[in-house]
Amino acid sequence: MARTRVYVPRETAAISVGADDIAIAIARHAKRSGDNIELIRNGSWGATWLEPLVEVTVDDKRIAYGNIEADDVPELFTAGFLAGGEHAKRIGPTIDIPYLINQDRWTFWRCGLIDPLSIDDFRAHHGFKALEKALDNGAQTVIDAVKDSGLRGRGGAGFPTGIKWQTVADVQSDQKYIACNADEGDSGTFSDRILMEGDPLGLIESMAIAGFAVGADRGYIYLRSEYPLTHRVLSRAIEVARDNNWLGDDIQGSGFNFDIELHLGAGSYVCGEETAMLESLEGKPGIVRYKPPLPAFEGLFGQPTVVNNVVTLASIANIVNIGSEKYASYGVDRSKGTLAFQLAGNIKRGGLVEKEFGITLREVIEDWGGGTASGRPVKAVQVGGPLGAYLPEEQLDTPLTYEAFIEIGAMLGHGGIVVFDDTADMAQQARFAMEFCAIESCGKCTPCRIGSTRGAEVIDKIVAGENRDENLELLVELCNTMEDASLCAMGGMTPYPVRSVLQHFTEDLPAARSTGT
Amino acid sequence: MTAMAYDKQAASEIIARFDARGEMLVQILHAFIERFAWISEDAIRQLADELNLSRAEVHGVVSYYHDFRTTPPGKRIVKICQAEACQAMGSRELSAHAEKSLGIAMNASDADNTLEPVYCLGNCACSPAVMIDGKTFGRVSPQRFDDIVASSGDAN
Ligand SMILES: Cc1cc2nc3c(=O)[nH]c(=O)nc-3n(C[C@H](O)[C@H](O)[C@H](O)COP(=O)(O)O)c2cc1C
Ligand code: SF4
Ligand code: FES
Repeated sequence: MARTRVYVPRETAAISVGADDIAIAIARHAKRSGDNIELIRNGSWGATWLEPLVEVTVDDKRIAYGNIEADDVPELFTAGFLAGGEHAKRIGPTIDIPYLINQDRWTFWRCGLIDPLSIDDFRAHHGFKALEKALDNGAQTVIDAVKDSGLRGRGGAGFPTGIKWQTVADVQSDQKYIACNADEGDSGTFSDRILMEGDPLGLIESMAIAGFAVGADRGYIYLRSEYPLTHRVLSRAIEVARDNNWLGDDIQGSGFNFDIELHLGAGSYVCGEETAMLESLEGKPGIVRYKPPLPAFEGLFGQPTVVNNVVTLASIANIVNIGSEKYASYGVDRSKGTLAFQLAGNIKRGGLVEKEFGITLREVIEDWGGGTASGRPVKAVQVGGPLGAYLPEEQLDTPLTYEAFIEIGAMLGHGGIVVFDDTADMAQQARFAMEFCAIESCGKCTPCRIGSTRGAEVIDKIVAGENRDENLELLVELCNTMEDASLCAMGGMTPYPVRSVLQHFTEDLPAARSTGT
Repeated sequence: MTAMAYDKQAASEIIARFDARGEMLVQILHAFIERFAWISEDAIRQLADELNLSRAEVHGVVSYYHDFRTTPPGKRIVKICQAEACQAMGSRELSAHAEKSLGIAMNASDADNTLEPVYCLGNCACSPAVMIDGKTFGRVSPQRFDDIVASSGDAN
């Protein structure tokens, strides 16, 4: 009899709520009961609220059981879960879970589906087909497809990827690099992590395509050190790819050489900024560089370098495989394709939602997220990480596009959506924005380094009711100076969350004293 | 953490593993932390010597990055996420509980524990999140915090 396949994710969120213990319990129990199982440690589908999500394959269909605890395992066996048996925690076929089927899975489609470290499973799901196609079609064809797709950088700045690649391809140099930005520093974001843990070979393939397209034979991945499991999975995936000649010299006899070195960050938020990341990759303090020169001309070790976010890169394989027209048919305006939204904070159904641009923030929060975890009203939503504005309830109908967000003084950034209920103290959140900037500033610009510390002090005074009006004025001035005189978005955009609190959440600031004399 | 006392020989071996390339300094420091738990003045001197860098250069890198602590930590390293998604789910209250429960302030250590802030563990859909000795935990209530602390690490 064929072995029954049981899937238990090896993914940070799932493990953080007990997946490893469940895997051990299932293996033990199966041994004792004589059940012949194949235990696969897949990535996560991204329906994080259901983690740990355990699946069994029954008649070629995967049946899901959600929010499993190690203590449930004996009961699951008794219920016959290996045959898809009924149980209070049985959800049904994975492919029928509305949270998943209503997405547009372009970049994350293999996450959860495959064994991330099995080259056979990867190959069976179109793995390395795009690289083979790219090698056949030639570099310029690939770059043209990326341009036509309308893909823009998913790391935050939204720069058109095809133009960046063309620039690096056109520069003459003996050495060029691909630097994958996996620093994922924004609070409320974990899409890079889910991709790297669930489909690391997919990222490796797309990096190799990038290398081929621009003429680079070396790639770097700069991974935040807060992701130790991701580090283990990626390291192993790089070895697997090398062992099978999908990295290294003369890849599959094509004459193309490409290899990847994996580096760890060291707890600095600013090192996600591309030039600070390059400094860190060179073994130096992560201090932001002046631009120009752009990294495309003088990047890592002074050589032309493509810097792209994990999700940007991982979107490429299907652009090559399926085609740029299909990708560009998703989305609206100049926001083409899909974005991996990440629902976090006080939300009932947190997780990853890959969806075309254009749906509204409310749709994501309500239809996918199911509202707050606490059941209380939504008070504020921070989109785009710590430098993103806090949006009040009235702005929840804003469509999720780069353009619509710029219009309301906000940004999509890396797609993080952090929900707060009505117990949140927004003055405290504004203060935290300043405090975080003070902690993380690279120190190069005075307004960022000193202004942020001042900003936190001034907010304390405002909250204490000390010279409220003068201090509010001072805070606005500080914000303006930081925005105008900072080299990068750390100092330059910290004012966004602060101003949004002043604008939309005045009820959390002490009331103006009636000037009765 | 099972850290070893500083050992010049072991340090040399780590540096050699990275071919004594100066641009690998951040990576080498991670390997030092894994082995020795903190970066001592001895370590900085040896790194400068063997990587052909000035001590000021090595110092600059060590002091820039939060990960490279320059004092010995407690046996168990507890990091509590202080970033926004965790704040929305009570990380401030959790941090206050942790300080009380471990008997040390944030950013402090005793022989048993080091308590540190961290700004996002990428576990924001299972907030609040905590990391103990490199292992990430999610949906951490104060009660669960005490449980996971009790069942991890060398300290008791
Ligand atoms: C303070 C700061 C932090 C950043 N953090 C990240 C990050 O963690 N990951 C990322 O991909 N981009 C980050 N960026 C954006 C990068 O500078 C850069 O725009 C991006 O990596 C380019 O890749 P993309 O075009 O694929 O988005 C950050 C920028 C700033 C100013
Ligand atoms: S704005 Fe802040 S983080 Fe950015 S370069 Fe200036 S000092 Fe550094
Ligand atoms: S904000 Fe705490 S884990 Fe991301």
